Amino acid sequence: MPFNVTSYFRQEMLPHIWCPGCGNGIVLRDFAVALEKLNYSRQEVVIVSGIGCSSRAAGYLDFDTVHTTHGRALPFATGIKFANPGLKVFVIMGDGDASSIGGNHLIHACRRNIDLTAIIFNNHIYGMTGGQFSPMTPRDKKATTAPYGMIEQSFDLCRLAEAAGATYVGRATTYHNQLLTRLIVEGANNRGFSLIEAVTHCPTSYGRRNKMATPTDMVRWQKESAVLIDRIKEGRASLQEGQFPVGLLHQHDAPEFTAEYLEVVKRAREK
Amino acid sequence: MTPLQTEHNPKASLDVNIKWCKGCNLCVTVCPKGVLSLDDLGKVSVDKPEECIGCGLCEETCPDYAIRVVKDA
Repeated sequence: MPFNVTSYFRQEMLPHIWCPGCGNGIVLRDFAVALEKLNYSRQEVVIVSGIGCSSRAAGYLDFDTVHTTHGRALPFATGIKFANPGLKVFVIMGDGDASSIGGNHLIHACRRNIDLTAIIFNNHIYGMTGGQFSPMTPRDKKATTAPYGMIEQSFDLCRLAEAAGATYVGRATTYHNQLLTRLIVEGANNRGFSLIEAVTHCPTSYGRRNKMATPTDMVRWQKESAVLIDRIKEGRASLQEGQFPVGLLHQHDAPEFTAEYLEVVKRAREK
Repeated sequence: MTPLQTEHNPKASLDVNIKWCKGCNLCVTVCPKGVLSLDDLGKVSVDKPEECIGCGLCEETCPDYAIRVVKDA
């Protein structure tokens, strides 16, 4: 029997509640494929999510999952990892959840370099509450609370995480399925904090207000806006306005938080 | 998953779960061979099963897990 992605889902919860053409379903599939490749047992995986459209993802997956409060997925995940460092903890957050409400938790999880894998579904707006702008809404794009276009600068979450100390930072889109799966697999294998930004699309609340009314238009926009980082490094492509790099953006080695803590416990006991 | 519409050809068979299809049109757009289309109810239908090359793009792109490409052994 060939691999069936829905074997990782709680069957009674499907079909999911996301809108027709919503990219969250595609990201969730890539996550399930990554879990299949990682070959973890169901008992060692914990999936923690916050609040928002994307954070409903945890409820669909047939693992030990926690659906926590808004922006606080990372503190819950930190506690879970700390209590049992052997667990593989994945955190699913939306862009508003991660960068705005839980912004401080994100930078401090990066700074601590705790062994979590955070997957951030970036749909550029607050989808569930009706399309208000988020810190990730690109400049000049429209949202219900920015009817004349966004005038604030948007966050580059990957650069933020890199500066804050995350040891594995990558970005992919729903168009780049295989890349996203690879980044999640590598991020999970990385010993330290891994942040993977999954650029997804919200045709209902974001696309319709920004001349991308159909899911097809939005995926085409991703295809045209995303530039592979390897191509930029080789000098075969450069970033134009409105484009963003995808691929493995940053990786470095640093001491991991739970390992360091156990070291301290050992030292204290020797005294 | 109940295969409601199963088409067989030498290269691959498509399991389409119409109940989960929300008619977003993504699979129709990504298919390089024009195998799929939306029917009168706006749900996916397999128009040209004999053209399918089993690339799996529709399965990867479907946000609702309504379509599966099963490659024949």
